[in-house]
Amino acid sequence: MTRSTSHPQSSRLAVLAVLLLTGSGPLAAAPPRPPSQVTVTDLPNDDGTGLVVRWNVSPDDKPDAQPRVVGQYDVERKDAADKNAEFELIGEANFGETSLEDKKCERGIAYLYRVIAVGLDKSKSEAAMAAKPVTGVLQWIDGTRLWFGLIGVVVCGAVVSFIRIAQSGRELKIRKIAGLEAVDEAVGRATEMGRSCLFVPGILDINDMQTVSGITVLSHVAGLAAEYDAQLEVPTSRSLVMTTARETVQAAYLKAGRPDAYNEDNVYYLTDEQFGYVAAVTGTMVRDEPAACFYMGAFFAESLILAETGNSIGAIQVAGTAMPSQLPFFVAACDYTLIGEEFFAASAYLSGEVHQLGSLKGQDVGKLIGGGLIVIGCLLATLASLSAEDGGLSGAVSYLKDHILGDGGLLP
Amino acid sequence: MKRTVPLCIAALVGFVLILSEFIPFAQSWGRTAMIWFDILAAFAFVLGGANLLKIHLLKISSQRVGWGYSVITVAAFTITMVIGLGKFGVTPSESFPQFTWSGDYLQDGSGFWWMYQYVYLPLASTMFALLAFYIASAAFRAFRAKNTEAIILLVTAFIVLLGRTYAGIWLTADPLAWLGQTLYGDPQALAMFRLDVVVEMIMGVFNMAGNRAIMIGIALGIVALSLKVLLGVDRSYLGSEE
Repeated sequence: MTRSTSHPQSSRLAVLAVLLLTGSGPLAAAPPRPPSQVTVTDLPNDDGTGLVVRWNVSPDDKPDAQPRVVGQYDVERKDAADKNAEFELIGEANFGETSLEDKKCERGIAYLYRVIAVGLDKSKSEAAMAAKPVTGVLQWIDGTRLWFGLIGVVVCGAVVSFIRIAQSGRELKIRKIAGLEAVDEAVGRATEMGRSCLFVPGILDINDMQTVSGITVLSHVAGLAAEYDAQLEVPTSRSLVMTTARETVQAAYLKAGRPDAYNEDNVYYLTDEQFGYVAAVTGTMVRDEPAACFYMGAFFAESLILAETGNSIGAIQVAGTAMPSQLPFFVAACDYTLIGEEFFAASAYLSGEVHQLGSLKGQDVGKLIGGGLIVIGCLLATLASLSAEDGGLSGAVSYLKDHILGDGGLLP
Repeated sequence: MKRTVPLCIAALVGFVLILSEFIPFAQSWGRTAMIWFDILAAFAFVLGGANLLKIHLLKISSQRVGWGYSVITVAAFTITMVIGLGKFGVTPSESFPQFTWSGDYLQDGSGFWWMYQYVYLPLASTMFALLAFYIASAAFRAFRAKNTEAIILLVTAFIVLLGRTYAGIWLTADPLAWLGQTLYGDPQALAMFRLDVVVEMIMGVFNMAGNRAIMIGIALGIVALSLKVLLGVDRSYLGSEE
């Protein structure tokens, strides 16, 4: 009885299995066809640890195919000298892509590469192998930066030369920078009013040159505050800046002969968070109403909030930054603004030391080079646009743009 | 000695970073130098936290002006630290389900995430939103037509602001097309005077030229200052020359 009933049931199961298998046809589709012509070349201008793998896409990798057959390409490699080595996946490229940079090679080892097309259903094609193993080549100089390096050497050479010239005793003429002249006035005014000075060294860390430049101005401000017996407050948004600022202020007080007047609690850390920092500083400004506010460093959206709050309490404000987008805000809200290079000239200008002032003259050589390149570029571009021929002039313009100002290297 | 060692370190690291830009072999040295900076910054972060607590606890104990804000600061600092370190509301990670603390402290739904999402972000957004009012008050002062330069600035700003709105295009596009058609038989003849085109010209030529001049000055300033710091010519950031 049992046996007679089990037979039709197993038949039904068999039919169901056949139907399921038939229905799962699309899931078991054939894997994509492999890519072709896999080539491997050295990655130029690197330290010998990079190779570039290129291939032609699989014939099934068509941009307008719906649904898409190829989902990605797996790039695998193995050490060609090691007979027991197996291929390891080192990167994936999206469909349609034809190259991948492998920057994690070991210098001196020859690698054999293969590329596999992977379908959307994760089915894999046969592997397309590179013809031969390739080793990365170490380049001692990054050729793309040669022009940049050359111009850098000329500018640095000019700066050093002018420092030497200044040290030899020749007098150098430096124009007055109103913003830096105003620093003394601002500290003096705060002293007369019996109110404090507030120094904000920006919101970036000490590895930013703007912060370093701000700290050099702080050194001068702290010296004046010590001399005039004015209170100086320095809220910082980075712990390392706080540590550096404390050293700077302490040394300035010592230099002014008033080490007893130095209070390290006046140089304090608030928070790394941009708007948390702004809230704390503006709160201090509104409560303490400092008579002089200095904003020297890197600023972002907080620049205007700080400067407008300072304006509302009637403080004399001097700002300096190299953030072009924030300069208009400081110009609108502050009494004096050090624009870009003036800000970086602060330490040399305020110290008044001849050898430092020489560096400012050295910068002028850089301006001459920049100005010269602009004039030559404009002339060439104008002449090239007027000339009907597509020859030397347009070639010169593209060399100027792509090689001297770009990363094309020395040779065209 | 106190000045010489930092100067030597600054010079060494600085030159390594410069070399790493031009010599591919030295790129890893540059990366190592930056990792060292991060490690130092991490130590300094503890110092910063300790300083924050010290300053505000002193303010509270001496009940100086604004000590109430210090109470809020210390409370916020402590709560954030406890919730973050204690990983409140964090579910264990899939890799180590047996350890309660194995989950990420920033995972969605955790106490730290909740504070960030519903306390910190709204507060930061509020501060950022204040900027709109400050821009208005600063613009009011900056654009006062008190001299020739200020008048030029005012007119330019008016054109740029208007040209970037739909009204600016609407006001000039059709009338200029009609005028061009009437005078020259070509509706595009006067298209260069459309406000949106004028704005593009102001931003792309005058503004860009000024910006680039500032950028070149900044780049040269950075080069000169960096060189002075690396060569030890400028030691003012260390506080004194001694």
